[in-house]
Amino acid sequence: MPELLQFLVSGLTIGAVYALVALGFTLIHNASDVVNFAQGEFVMLGGMVTVFATAAGIPLPLAALLAIAVAVLVGLALHRLAIEPARGASAVTLIIITIGASIFLRGVAQIVFDKRFHQLPGFSGNDPIMVLGAAILPQSFWVLGGALIVFCGLFLFLERTLMGKAVLATAANRLAARLVGVDTSFVLALSFGLSAAIGALAGILITPITLTSFDVGTLLALKGFAAAMLGGMGSPLGAVVGGLVLGLLEALGAGYVSSAYKDAVAFLVILAVLFSMPQGLFGHRSVERV
Amino acid sequence: MLDVADLHAAYGRILALKGITLRVETGEITALVGGNGAGKTTLLRCLSGVHPVKSGRVTFHGDEITAFPAHARVAAGIAQSPEGRQVFGPLSVEDNLRLGAFRRGRADTEAGLDRVYGMFDILKTKRHLQAAGLSGGQQQMLAIGRALMSGPRLLLLDEPSMGLAPLLVDQILAAVVALKAQGVTVLLVEQNASAALSIADRGYVIETGRIAHSGTGLALLHDPAVREAYLGV
Repeated sequence: MPELLQFLVSGLTIGAVYALVALGFTLIHNASDVVNFAQGEFVMLGGMVTVFATAAGIPLPLAALLAIAVAVLVGLALHRLAIEPARGASAVTLIIITIGASIFLRGVAQIVFDKRFHQLPGFSGNDPIMVLGAAILPQSFWVLGGALIVFCGLFLFLERTLMGKAVLATAANRLAARLVGVDTSFVLALSFGLSAAIGALAGILITPITLTSFDVGTLLALKGFAAAMLGGMGSPLGAVVGGLVLGLLEALGAGYVSSAYKDAVAFLVILAVLFSMPQGLFGHRSVERV
Repeated sequence: MLDVADLHAAYGRILALKGITLRVETGEITALVGGNGAGKTTLLRCLSGVHPVKSGRVTFHGDEITAFPAHARVAAGIAQSPEGRQVFGPLSVEDNLRLGAFRRGRADTEAGLDRVYGMFDILKTKRHLQAAGLSGGQQQMLAIGRALMSGPRLLLLDEPSMGLAPLLVDQILAAVVALKAQGVTVLLVEQNASAALSIADRGYVIETGRIAHSGTGLALLHDPAVREAYLGV
């Protein structure tokens, strides 16, 4: 029993990070049909900038804010310099541009930072808290709490503000959104900025648990993408559920099968889900009356 | 109010508009009729700024707006109810309407909602439902209502009768006439030429990207060439 609880908590923790990455994919995909494979680089930037800023003597909260600001600037630049000039190109072309951007960002990070692994101290120390016999890192609560705040904030923004509705409207029908006066290229820039901020926050929160390095974004982007597909690309709720399910599958697979096969277990389940439900768990089947 | 001069537009290398010149007078209903693929929808998209213009000029209230982005045209007072209605399916009816007033303040939005609900009371009944679940006629009312929410001086209507039962067509056209009485200027694009011309003050017939005939609505209705080609008599 304690070990099940242990697996569940570590699964939810890493799953929350996957969910945040998947949310980033979803926001940008909704605004533009682009699958932004540079999403993982935002996570990397969050972790790396925080590590180097704290090493330079900046207090952790300020360093974290700085890291988010850097990621947002990179996200906006990515939109302005790489996506916006290619406006009107096919989605596949744009996706390949984001893959190029991700390789570029990794290269720059390698030069600006270095090639080593880095760690941050846990925000509330590294002494595990014992709950029902399971040892839980205090950092896990930071990750889960941070993710929860992001989910609620994003939900309130999308459901309760006119700008949020404009983002949803752009996702539902870009032509109609432009016709009612929504500046869709502003919505797209906003989506890139928000995605970058969310990704960076995920990177900052998880670094005390998993370490970070210049190339940590690659695998996270892949996992986040898988989570978004599992939940149904385009659905924010699906992204969150997909991320948590993926994290739990990995943790349970590692715990009860073999840690060497944890990725295989997770991806097998995803394949099985997508074979039976190609639109994902929360993907919308298009039933519209005309 | 609106002057279009020698407008050209293309899809890739295929010219869809080959020099359109027309005029919409303040307070009138101007009908633009023509067959499938004649360029009606392309013209409206150019006027709303969602399709690029190759050459020519669009002037609105004396200001040249040819290069304006779409959102600036909505702010200037041009709204469109597009072909195929294009409602925001997953959003509620009321959210669709509120987004129509995206460029306006809160007080104008509430007043706009009252006005639209007064015109189409079925929308008020269904205001919390998803727009995708409405019938075709209701979606058409929603599309027109959404366009009205921006408080336009010029309303562009693209095929409001498409796919609707005759009774609903009459209801929609009556709404257009009522809008004119409220002082809204309307540019009405229709394949249903007799219906459109019968309520129009002025009409244009478009054929393969060019204006083929023009005149008052009544004159076009009785023009033998127009009758033969578009009215099926």
